[in-house]
Amino acid sequence: MSGSATLKIWRGLDINNGRWETYEVPFEAGQSVLDGLRWIRANRDPTLAIRFSCINANACKECMVELDGKTVYACTARLQPREMTLAPLSNKKLLRDLVTEISPPMERFTDS
Amino acid sequence: MHAETDVLVIGSGAAGMYAAIEAARDGCQVLLADRSLIGRGGATVMAQMTVAAALGSETADHWSYHYADTIAAGRGLCDEPLAQLLCEEGSECVRAMDKWGIGWARKDGRITQAMAPGHDRPRCVYVDFLNTGPAVSKTLRTIVNKSGGIRKAGDLCVVDLLRDKGDVVGAAALHLGSGAPVILSAKATILATGGLTRLYRRNSASANMGGDGYALALRAGASLVDMEFVQFFPIGHLAPRLIGMDPIMWDPFRYKLGGRLLNNRMEEFTQRYGVAEDGKYVITRDVGSYAILKEVEAGRGSPHGGVYLSFQHCPERTLRESFGPVIDRLGANGIDLTKMPIEVSPIAHYHMGGIVTDAKMQTGLAGLFAAGEVVGGANGANRLSGNAITEALVFGRRAGRSAADYVKRLRTLPDHSDNAQEAIDLITTDAPTRNFNTAEMQQMLQITMQDNVGALRSERKIASALDAIGLLTEELGNAPSGDGNRFDMRRIDWFDLRNMLLVARVVAEAALARRETRGAQQREDYPHLSPDWACNQTVRLRHARIELSRGPHAFTETTS
Repeated sequence: MSGSATLKIWRGLDINNGRWETYEVPFEAGQSVLDGLRWIRANRDPTLAIRFSCINANACKECMVELDGKTVYACTARLQPREMTLAPLSNKKLLRDLVTEISPPMERFTDS
Repeated sequence: MHAETDVLVIGSGAAGMYAAIEAARDGCQVLLADRSLIGRGGATVMAQMTVAAALGSETADHWSYHYADTIAAGRGLCDEPLAQLLCEEGSECVRAMDKWGIGWARKDGRITQAMAPGHDRPRCVYVDFLNTGPAVSKTLRTIVNKSGGIRKAGDLCVVDLLRDKGDVVGAAALHLGSGAPVILSAKATILATGGLTRLYRRNSASANMGGDGYALALRAGASLVDMEFVQFFPIGHLAPRLIGMDPIMWDPFRYKLGGRLLNNRMEEFTQRYGVAEDGKYVITRDVGSYAILKEVEAGRGSPHGGVYLSFQHCPERTLRESFGPVIDRLGANGIDLTKMPIEVSPIAHYHMGGIVTDAKMQTGLAGLFAAGEVVGGANGANRLSGNAITEALVFGRRAGRSAADYVKRLRTLPDHSDNAQEAIDLITTDAPTRNFNTAEMQQMLQITMQDNVGALRSERKIASALDAIGLLTEELGNAPSGDGNRFDMRRIDWFDLRNMLLVARVVAEAALARRETRGAQQREDYPHLSPDWACNQTVRLRHARIELSRGPHAFTETTS
């Protein structure tokens, strides 16, 4: 199965003042949402902020986002040939676009 | 922003965490920094199976046998003191991890040790199922959290080491969470940043492994060794598309179940390349990668450009006994191993080369230590399976102790650095926005490296890679652009590319110079081992130029 998926993504630095941007990405059965986000960065817009480390293994647990209002790992959520809405985690402090402050408070750098 | 510490550890995989634990135990204040989350990125968390150590719990063993296998796998190029350290102290570290509750797989109370290719006896411990790396990370995270004196700081992307004359006195970093520059002043600095597999399109490691430690060390004036030797893991998952699993997951399957490597005629083929497997997992990584790529080149590859790996001879019950929940995760991906083979092909997995250190993990620069995969030499031209986590633990522990000794001798914190302002300026530069896509540039580099400086190399291929690297380097320019605010991806990509392009050039130049085939360096135009090349190559940066030299590196003779 191939075709395209439509990713509607929340963008911005301020949770009260953001915008939605929509991207068409090529779709192949079996792909992950993270595959789609990485495709957007390399082919459409490198400024899209996402965070991940292990890419595919669901080991680093960094790629959590809200997909259609539900919290998922972008690396294990399947890309689908339809419109999918992606937003930053609503219960974490926003850093930028889909990136939120997910590290435990004791593991953040603070000035000394 | 600014922080001061006795020991700065850069990288929080197994090597970095063990170093932090050990330095703190010796009374030092430690700052454990990582560019991602603490103890969740890097290669450690991705390791799925084996940790080699001569425990002798399965059959009698001694570290000297493990050492002999390590040296043989290294094809004559191992740094002997480092290889000895790895093998001699491996058991102690594996037992320490056991005491810390890692949960090594056991049978009748004894720690289970599996047979792995290149080993003369069962020697590899593991945690079921496919959980070795995550368990190592979790165990060390717990001990880090229990140790007093370790301050943790994630999302710090180190941009340059700080120097005071020749000595290393800390690091300058971009704080991803705010976009601000950070000066980290340290009496001792330990690089534990892992390898460079991110330079390759098909790789088995985390996105934060773009070889930054090698670039940091080079720019600070340290030497690297064996940079041409990139290990390709022969049977990285290729198809069907599989998500939520590490692409090296078939390794544990082969350890436990053997499995059959088949070409598109469904014939076994490894015997043509000198190793008949006969249902057992015996082929070493360099020979396996070569055999698969040659089979594909001969037109006998699978549809996606690899070969088949089949477990169809294994009954469902055996599969479940061996891999329990993993069988269900495969099912969710539409893979039923009793009915179909999967496709595999070589994938960049580990880097044998790295920073030159002695057996105390001291680099040639005062104040700079290294630990784990970023260290070069222990594994020569080809790493024995199971040695990566072992070296992370052993070298991490040793680096932590050595850094603590150094701190005790140094007493006061260096208060000057020659290049702190330069680093801050670079981090905060807002160069005119350029017209290139930084994420696309990274992809272009990965494709070039995979195709031209990968598992099968030639002068023609490497030269074309060097051209591509040159163009990308020119395109990158001298300063980053972007808005400079938090998680500014173009700026992060720029700093990653600055390191990746330098390290890619070093790998390509070292591979071009070595006109022979040895271990992981497979030259199609020089297909045989050459006695002239029974030596290491070292690399330094002099006036921003890469300088290669031949011969055993400086520490080999002097280390006791």
